[in-house]
Amino acid sequence: MNKLTIAPSPHVHSGDSVRRNMFGVAIALVPALATSLWFFGLDALAVILTSVVACVAVEYLIQKFVLKVPTTISDGSAIVTGLILAFNLPPALPLWIVVVGAVFAIGVCKMTFGGLGQNIVNPAIGGRVFLLMSFPAQMTTWTVPGVDATTGATPLGLMKEGLKSGKSVSEIIGLPETSDLFFGGIGGSLGEVSALAILIGLAFLLIARIITWHIPVAVLGSMAALQGVFYVASPESFASPLFTLLTGGAMLGAVFMATDYVTSPMSGKGMVIYGCGIGVLTVLIRDFGAYPEGMSFAILLMNLVTPLINRFCKPKRFGEIAK
Amino acid sequence: MKTFKIGGIHPNDMKLSAGSTIREMAVPAEVKIPVSQHIGAPAQAVVAVGDTVKVGQLIAQATGFVSANIHSSVSGKVKKIEEFVDANGYKKMGIIIATEGDEWLESIDRTDAIRREVTMEPAEIIKRIQEMGIVGMGGATFPAHVKLSVPPGKKCETLIINAVECEPYLTSDHRLMLEHGEEVLIGVKILMHALGVAKAYVGIENNKPDAIDNLKRLAASFEGIEVVPLKLRYPQGGEKQLIDAITGRQVPSGKLPIDVGAVVQNVGTVFAIYEAVQKNKPLIERIVCVTGKPLREPSNFMVRIGTPVTALIDAAGGMPEDCGKVIGGGPMMGRPFTRLDVPVVKGTSGITLMSIEDSKRREASNCIRCAKCVNVCPMGLEPYLMSTLAKLGRYDDLREAHVMDCIECGCCIFTCPSNRPILDYVRAGKAKVGAQLRAEAAAHKAAAEAAKAKEAEGK
Amino acid sequence: MDFSFIMITVAALAVTGLVAAVILYFVSQKFKVFEDPRIGEVESVLPGANCGGCGFPGCHGMACALVAADDLGSLSCPVGGQAVMAQVATILGKEAVAAAPKVAVVRCNGTCEARPKTLEYDGAKSCAILAANFGGETNCSYGCLGCGDCVGACQFGAIRMNATTGLPEVDDEKCVACGACVKACPKSIIELRNKGPKSRRLFVSCVNKDKGAVAMKACKNACIGCGKCVKECQFDAIKVENNVAYIDFMKCRLCRKCSAVCPTHAIHETNFPPRPAASPDVKAAEAAAPAQTANA
Repeated sequence: MNKLTIAPSPHVHSGDSVRRNMFGVAIALVPALATSLWFFGLDALAVILTSVVACVAVEYLIQKFVLKVPTTISDGSAIVTGLILAFNLPPALPLWIVVVGAVFAIGVCKMTFGGLGQNIVNPAIGGRVFLLMSFPAQMTTWTVPGVDATTGATPLGLMKEGLKSGKSVSEIIGLPETSDLFFGGIGGSLGEVSALAILIGLAFLLIARIITWHIPVAVLGSMAALQGVFYVASPESFASPLFTLLTGGAMLGAVFMATDYVTSPMSGKGMVIYGCGIGVLTVLIRDFGAYPEGMSFAILLMNLVTPLINRFCKPKRFGEIAK
Repeated sequence: MKTFKIGGIHPNDMKLSAGSTIREMAVPAEVKIPVSQHIGAPAQAVVAVGDTVKVGQLIAQATGFVSANIHSSVSGKVKKIEEFVDANGYKKMGIIIATEGDEWLESIDRTDAIRREVTMEPAEIIKRIQEMGIVGMGGATFPAHVKLSVPPGKKCETLIINAVECEPYLTSDHRLMLEHGEEVLIGVKILMHALGVAKAYVGIENNKPDAIDNLKRLAASFEGIEVVPLKLRYPQGGEKQLIDAITGRQVPSGKLPIDVGAVVQNVGTVFAIYEAVQKNKPLIERIVCVTGKPLREPSNFMVRIGTPVTALIDAAGGMPEDCGKVIGGGPMMGRPFTRLDVPVVKGTSGITLMSIEDSKRREASNCIRCAKCVNVCPMGLEPYLMSTLAKLGRYDDLREAHVMDCIECGCCIFTCPSNRPILDYVRAGKAKVGAQLRAEAAAHKAAAEAAKAKEAEGK
Repeated sequence: MDFSFIMITVAALAVTGLVAAVILYFVSQKFKVFEDPRIGEVESVLPGANCGGCGFPGCHGMACALVAADDLGSLSCPVGGQAVMAQVATILGKEAVAAAPKVAVVRCNGTCEARPKTLEYDGAKSCAILAANFGGETNCSYGCLGCGDCVGACQFGAIRMNATTGLPEVDDEKCVACGACVKACPKSIIELRNKGPKSRRLFVSCVNKDKGAVAMKACKNACIGCGKCVKECQFDAIKVENNVAYIDFMKCRLCRKCSAVCPTHAIHETNFPPRPAASPDVKAAEAAAPAQTANA
């Protein structure tokens, strides 16, 4: 007879795996990937490929030669980091800068803390913010998609410049139509050109039960609410809530970056607080800060607050007596 | 449709033996009957080696209130009273009886006739249940009379019958409801009488529509018994979850069901109570579901306590080639057998065989903090956190994290994408914290008594 | 750059620092807790490993206990050993009591070969968890479980698992006899024994309480409680209880007669010089002799 196996219960498993979740996120990114290729062509492809390959290679090399531990690149997390990093970069970015970003994202933000699950900030955002600080000129040279692609400003950049020079919102020239914001065709990072593509990805993530609704809804809802208050108070000096939601990677951030398992809170209540924090910080940075775009910084800040949120936001226990 | 409010999972229910009628298992040539088949103090043997015993005769006496009598399941000679290795691989005291014939005590009514009239007084009923050694048959084996003795100052308002059978694979309760529905309902009536309640609910998950229909039809002629279909969801059979699902009330942390006015009994226990009260029959046999993917004929058997597990597997088509694990109970909460020459006991609700492929857990990787364990925990706890605290030995923090609320249902491991053995550590930590709490309670009690003694001395 | 700007900055920082320092001084004076200064002194000579081997929570706890104790006999630092205790005694002006150095000993020799696995454990790799659920992977429910809780408990890197035997091994040089592994072992296999002269020790490497035949069937190296060693011992150092022999290290004179007669080689010798070359024959003769007398 075979040797029987003994183990404490349970003896069945759902079949879920890290790989399934990571590749699920990758699949959810496909619509956004397709739109970026459609609008930016080969430039986008080069940036995405470089970013993914660099992220995977950095993880492999560190595990193989520095840490000397079994490699975990097959779980797909480095691929997802690579994709999201690429989606946060301008399409015409020199490829060596992309590699620098990947090294920082994986090497510093992820592996120094112990690899998957141990990092305190989202590696892709860490990489992106590092590049924004180090190469501000290259990181804000945007390609406006079209037949003869030109460089220009992002919608949020236009808005910021316009408001700074004393114009009112209606006087600013060159702002794209709302339908363009939704379907794509605006200047910006690879992944933020089409809100629709992101929403398709969100639908997939929810249906596949990879994420729950809490974070995306909290981020977008709180952004819309706060911007709505400002807009109602003074429509001429603040952008409309819809414009805010559809620009500057708000969608990409809310759906793919803020929902990163590792750096977001564990309880539903905590997720809502975290999401609202991101939404409010983003709006404040955009409307009153120096940067036209604040999603990355807001997520980065809230990542750091996550342990604190986990400490104080406990799930509702069974039979808990209300105090 | 009703269900509980927090967490829960949907494992594949795999009820392979649902269509197999209960078969009477042959009386084995020898039975091994452990003296501890229940939660609480082990019973004390009252027979000696060489004694002749009949079926149903008391062979070990309960040694306290939370303890249970043990009766002989065969007639024959007591061969040995000694320690033998149990299913977990540890030695336990037990009585070994060599079978001779099948001679029952005359007091036991062995006819097939259903006795519908309940003639006993409540106190008599509870006494009879205690005498007959009835314990919770769902697997927890908590002595039934303890649950039925409502402490002074508390009042039972609802009786809930647990016929959920939310464990995947197992079908013994399902078959019982189909084949002995009326006896079960009479058992419910007995319990209602004993507890003095007017209302009883029988909770059944909706993956057993035939059982729901059968009991609903029969319940029409019983006053106050309502069959409640429940949405399929694990762990609905957990006592606290079931009360929540049926009454909407949540038993507070650290309290018992009676604190929200409920008493819960398993449907198998109710059947045993019917037999004890109406037929004067002690708990000497039970329905065991023998099932599993590699098994040729997944079946349900009526088995004498003490029958070796191997005999059951043989009767269900023999030990399959590719069997890698034999579980006592279902796959969510059962514990694998370390050897198969061990006996069926009062708590053996099923025997589940797993193929070699299904027997191994997949390799664990880093926690990715996906919060899935938090989402599925039916007690609203944070398994990932408790697991880490237990591993680090931070037992004070673990207590703060309400580890004692954990019902060890296994949802956390089931759902974990990183295959982490979350519950293994939580269970170990819970045992440590439980021991600490008991030690504190004992110290507290001793201090109070010392103070009292001092006071008395002073006077 | 404007020079005055720099000056203002420096001055502001200096004033802030000064104010903070003054506040801190008064606060620390107000909330000062008196502590026997000797506690600090004693703590400084303790090793600072905070291993808890002495039975106190860390070296500070030990230092408090040492200062409070009337006589140091009952307290000893297993890590620092005699040298540290002597220093402590000088500081406190008390007498140091000599304690024989000890070492952790693993009392199981159920190697993978001698004690074949009959089961495969697949839960979390922890002896405590395995023991709480099951008797073990072999037919011996007393022996080493091999998950290495002792290795994890050792702060001095003195225990490691031997991959071939599947059993833990203690490094005499590194072991400080803090007892962490003794506490960690759910089967109570590890024992602290006197290190012995030149690290020479004799001990029964088995704790199986099963009857001889059962123990033997589960493990070829098991002590079967036959009592031959008891008869052989001239110093009354060996006792058989619950089918297992135990050598009292306070009485044992390391004559090695017991290990020579043990039929299952359950009695282990450490760091002894090899027996004379003729030893196999001697052993055979010794083994044969009592048998003959028994026959006669």
